[in-house]
Amino acid sequence: MKRLLIFFLFLSGVAFAAPAPESLRDPAQEAHARALQKEFRCLVCQGESIDESGAPLAADLRRLIREHIARGESDDQIRHYLVARYGQFILMNPPIEPDTYLLWGAPVLILLLGGIAAGFIVARARNRPAPDDGSPAV
Amino acid sequence: MTGEIGQLALCLALALSFVQSVAGLIGVRSTQARAIANSSALGMFVFTVLAFGALEYAFITSDFSIVVVANNSHTLKPMIYKVTGVWGNHEGSMLLWVLVLSIYSAGIALLKRGGEELTSAALGVQGLLAAAFFLFILLTSNPFLRLDPMPFEGAGLNPLLQDRGLAFHPPVLYTGYVGLSATFAYAAAALITGDIDRLWARAARPFMLIAWIALTIGIAGGSWWAYYDLGWGGFWFWDPVENASLMPWLVGTALLHSALATERTGAFRVWTLLLSIMAFSLSLIGTFLVRSGVVTSVHAFASDPARGVFILLILFLAIGGALSLFAWRAPKLASGSAFQPASRETTLLINNVLLVTALAVVFIGTIYPIVLAAMGTRISVGAPYYELFFAPLFLALMIVLPFGPRLNWRRGDLKDALRTLYPAMGAAAVAMIAVLAFVSPRTVAGAGSFAVAAWVIGASIVDIVRVLRGRAVAIAAFAAALAHAGLGITLMGIAGTTLWRSEALEVLGPGETMHIAGYDLTLDGVTVANGPNYQALRATLEVGSGGEHLGTMTPERRMFPAEGQEAVQTAIRTTGFSDLYLALGDNRGQGRWTIRAYVNPLAPFIWFGAGLMALGGLASLWGRVRAMFFTRDTSPVVEPA
Repeated sequence: MKRLLIFFLFLSGVAFAAPAPESLRDPAQEAHARALQKEFRCLVCQGESIDESGAPLAADLRRLIREHIARGESDDQIRHYLVARYGQFILMNPPIEPDTYLLWGAPVLILLLGGIAAGFIVARARNRPAPDDGSPAV
Repeated sequence: MTGEIGQLALCLALALSFVQSVAGLIGVRSTQARAIANSSALGMFVFTVLAFGALEYAFITSDFSIVVVANNSHTLKPMIYKVTGVWGNHEGSMLLWVLVLSIYSAGIALLKRGGEELTSAALGVQGLLAAAFFLFILLTSNPFLRLDPMPFEGAGLNPLLQDRGLAFHPPVLYTGYVGLSATFAYAAAALITGDIDRLWARAARPFMLIAWIALTIGIAGGSWWAYYDLGWGGFWFWDPVENASLMPWLVGTALLHSALATERTGAFRVWTLLLSIMAFSLSLIGTFLVRSGVVTSVHAFASDPARGVFILLILFLAIGGALSLFAWRAPKLASGSAFQPASRETTLLINNVLLVTALAVVFIGTIYPIVLAAMGTRISVGAPYYELFFAPLFLALMIVLPFGPRLNWRRGDLKDALRTLYPAMGAAAVAMIAVLAFVSPRTVAGAGSFAVAAWVIGASIVDIVRVLRGRAVAIAAFAAALAHAGLGITLMGIAGTTLWRSEALEVLGPGETMHIAGYDLTLDGVTVANGPNYQALRATLEVGSGGEHLGTMTPERRMFPAEGQEAVQTAIRTTGFSDLYLALGDNRGQGRWTIRAYVNPLAPFIWFGAGLMALGGLASLWGRVRAMFFTRDTSPVVEPA
């Protein structure tokens, strides 16, 4: 029991050290921050954005974003700032650049090719005489 | 002794898997070899059960002389986690993998669907797969290795895994993953015997259905587990490991539909074969992603390069072998089906194009960062990427969906189909207007999602009415309607939760109240509570609404001393239409605690819909089982889908 209490005291001490208020006073700025923080990955979690994560690092980053918003910086400035510090990995959505052309383009290409192939298959099937193999049409 | 018995059983199972593969392949021509393949499959099953039983025994009795048990168990762990902890680690989970594989092998051997020759070839292919995985286990992941000196106490199990979910999630998911091996084996068998007509698709259908049902339940169950376990109310993360299970599901769904056409009219024969190969290949890729440690995840128990390389080798041999066989045999098959543009075949074709594109999105999104990382650039592909593509793809899929069951094979009547869809159109219009008029915030995405969901659900209800009036082939149409309605309901759940969730994060002291979406939450206090192998901080909150007391909720944070790890235990109160979801945050001093609260509208629909989809699969399976055992099933093709 004592060990547990010490453990939690330690935890809470860490959490307590961080400044408490996370949200901005201006509701419009706060909503803006909420939208923006969905774009960044919590670097120590799996697949979570900092909007969703309970990790201390995510809380720090949320506060950081709010500080920058309060200073009136644009979204792009904030993105650049975070990418410069943490690398592209922090972006949930990778930017469109030569490295990622294939990432963004391939699904569109596959859909197009699939659609064209399906069109050909239907056109050919239409002109083929119906087989009379005794299986029902219904 | 236990370890040695398990080890011996594994070696015998490996030997039998070799016999099964050789005898099975020769058995295409020889009756005697066929009999040998059959009994080897049953023998392999018996020895794999024995090996699995030995590991279970070691876990239950906390035999720490076995490395795996020492590393992953603890005497104080509750019995259920000793039993299920067997597959809560890499070695044990691979043993579960081959156990499921051997069950399918025995099933193929016993049911002999599609005739003796096809069965024999399928057993041969299954034997090869089994041999590869038994070798993998014995050479790189032996669960029976001894530890000397034996430790007094085990290291325990990751607290995130100490959950009822561990009892169901892995076995069910593996039933799905590995079930696709049976479909794969039948497809390869068809290519080997050259009997690539409709027979094999019909023979493989029950296995395909079982695998798909299990994948559906396994994925939905895993998402539910993440939802209540991770503490922020999300249900899907597009995590590589989740994607690994979604990929076979997407192809499996495409396969179920394409195989229908193959069975009924012989259409898309080549494509159905290819999908069967792809579905299991993606299961293997999923296993590779999860087990190799290429991606970091709660699922990746240990990363050992040797294991990754070995699975990669199996992957290349299985996929390469199957595709070569395919390239050799498939061109001989002039696909000669004839159908009109307005026919069920066309709708199934659209279904397949869209599902395969969705698969491509998941595949590229998962693999791309891994490939780029190998070249030195680290990027991450997150939810926004997948959602951007999935939204239009599933929108299109669900708009076309109701036409499928209404159009006949080969030549359908579009006008007639449209006429039966008037009620569904009405439902879609009403849903769209209602969402725009009454729900705030007003979103186009919400209105669109609900319109499409109502369209699909409405059409399914029309279908069910048609079945009840005896106008459609009963079980098949009923099964399709159930599964399709399930998809609509899941969509409503996803839209409701993501678009209209409320959340609040506040610091409460005893007696203080916070408000969220019409609920009033008052903190009574936070106390220390003892569990079997953990100690918890338990917050007690009184839940009220408009002055009326609704009940008490107790979110917890649990500390597991044996593992030295912490886990959150959320509290969820559901009305069936929305969830109130609470998680306990950190101590802010002076008895004040952070409380995270969410109200997730329609969240239960996500899993209810998935359950309905699985139920649809079960209904379809029941139709097959009935045909198999209760009616004389002699005609090869004429049978309801």
